Amino acid sequence: MIREVEVMVIGGGPAGLCAAQAAASAGAHVLLCERDGVPGGQLVKQTHKFFGSERQYAGDRGIFIGQRLVQEVRENPNIELLTDATVLGMYEDGVVTVLKDDRHLKFRPKKTIVSTGAAEKFLSFPNNDLPGIYGAGAVQTLMNVGGVKPADRVVMVGAGNIGLIVSYQMLQAGVDVVSVVEAAPNIGGFLVHAAKLRRAGVPIRTGWTVKEAYGEGKLEGVILCQLDEKWQQIPGTELDVPCDTLCLAVGLTPLAELCWQAGCHMEFIRELSGHVPVTDENLMTSVEGIYAAGDVSGIEEASSAMVEGRLAGYAVAVSLGYDTENSQKEVDAARKELSELRSGPMGGKIRAGLAKVAEKRGEAVC
Amino acid sequence: MLIKDGIPTAEDLASVCPSEERLAKGPIAITECFQNIACNPCTKACPQHAISMEPDINALPKVDPDKCIGCRVCVAKCPGLAIFVVDMTYSEEKALVTIPYEFLPVPAKEQMVTGLNRSGEELGSFKVNRVTSGGKTNMTWMITLEVPKNLAMEVRNIRVGV
Ligand SMILES: Cc1cc2nc3c(=O)[nH]c(=O)nc-3n(C[C@H](O)[C@H](O)[C@H](O)COP(=O)(O)OP(=O)(O)OC[C@H]3O[C@@H](n4cnc5c(N)ncnc54)[C@H](O)[C@@H]3O)c2cc1C
Ligand code: SF4
Ligand code: SF4
Repeated sequence: MIREVEVMVIGGGPAGLCAAQAAASAGAHVLLCERDGVPGGQLVKQTHKFFGSERQYAGDRGIFIGQRLVQEVRENPNIELLTDATVLGMYEDGVVTVLKDDRHLKFRPKKTIVSTGAAEKFLSFPNNDLPGIYGAGAVQTLMNVGGVKPADRVVMVGAGNIGLIVSYQMLQAGVDVVSVVEAAPNIGGFLVHAAKLRRAGVPIRTGWTVKEAYGEGKLEGVILCQLDEKWQQIPGTELDVPCDTLCLAVGLTPLAELCWQAGCHMEFIRELSGHVPVTDENLMTSVEGIYAAGDVSGIEEASSAMVEGRLAGYAVAVSLGYDTENSQKEVDAARKELSELRSGPMGGKIRAGLAKVAEKRGEAVC
Repeated sequence: MLIKDGIPTAEDLASVCPSEERLAKGPIAITECFQNIACNPCTKACPQHAISMEPDINALPKVDPDKCIGCRVCVAKCPGLAIFVVDMTYSEEKALVTIPYEFLPVPAKEQMVTGLNRSGEELGSFKVNRVTSGGKTNMTWMITLEVPKNLAMEVRNIRVGV
């Protein structure tokens, strides 16, 4: 049996939660599918305080922001929340299939908002398959969701926000963070995060990388080495650092498989960290009725993911004719909020990426 | 250099350090926040409206030395843990430095702790003068230390125990 639904939101991270809440508060009926047992996406493990402005709950800890969004969704009678529900496929005839409790469910939504977030990138170097080498996401989940101390002595690769934040959280969990290494010549994450790690005694080595890992059956140490301006390893700079864990925080890439499958126009955009669906100013993809919001359409921040979710949710409400005047106002307000969030120097990369998306959209139309 | 190793330079610090004259008048907040990021909770947190940000959320925060009364409210609110309060008027030899702190164990009042500089190097053992909780959901502690005046602009973290 195929169940008809009005709006389907795929992924219950900040983007999906806000999208569901927006569309539902305008009057639409929403089915929200989250593959995890607990909705919240990345927010469930972010124990640090977030940046941004008041409207995006800045100053609050990510985990509490997530809890608040989930509670609003649970209290909204127009939203049906399915957890442990993985969306498997989106088909040409508009059918979306979901795996829930070992059952294969079929839905036909009028509108779909894809907010599946991102996946971690990996790094290649000799012995990178040794036990003890993890992605930062796994370490963070072990620590902040599972309550498990993930390591005794760790080297972190990547000085973007994730590398810096997860290093800090490991210090809080009692782990000895020996060093943060970053191949780029500069720290990519917020400098306030870097300063806070540094004054806790953690050296941050920019222009360094992992040459190789070693160990008998499990990680026992890594050889670090310095890079020149052309990112080539400089012989003679090798440094042997004993550690039981190597944590990789070398970036995220959009988890956009469902958009591929649905036949959305996809483009590789470096500034957005991978292949992304080309969307319009309402965040609708090239396929009528399918929208994309949050990290799935470009790696950014929870703050912008929430606003994108809200934008897509209200845009869907407008297209379905729900409370159109007010919904349109909300769409306009969200657009304004996004451009403010992206207006600073840290938003430069995103702005460049989005400009390319707009260009690709133009090409596809003509 | 801050962008290379996470340590602010003397130049960075000079841009936010209050004047000798102002420091001699009483406690004041120092925002060690040197990068244009989209962030503004400090401006909303201050009951005196002493922290401003112009023209928008991406600008650097600026403390008005005439408005700030050194109440420390902003210290726990800042998500970057980048705000410190320094009181040079505490006693003849000692200043008070308030730092944000998010580790366990939380030190007790009167306890001696190791003070660290911006590189995490030890500066000596200092007495905790005051311990204030940022609240149940904020969860950042504000630790006020008694330090020799010449270290008031150096001590920026602590280590509790060995
Ligand atoms: C360590 C770390 C620190 C961060 N710190 C900050 C910060 O301080 N400030 C900030 O603004 N941002 C921060 N971020 C970024 C922020 O968490 C993300 O940008 C944000 O969570 C993206 O939201 P999203 O909803 O697009 O994706 P996600 O939060 O990734 O949520 C996607 C959801 O979709 C679900 N899903 C995926 N595929 C399927 C499927 N097929 N079926 C059903 N469900 C599916 C996933 O389980 C997940 O719950 C941080 C990220 C990390 C990793
Ligand atoms: S110390 Fe108090 S008065 Fe001064 S800036 Fe902070 S909150 Fe405002
Ligand atoms: S709240 Fe903290 S990190 Fe944010 S702008 Fe103010 S001082 Fe900087």
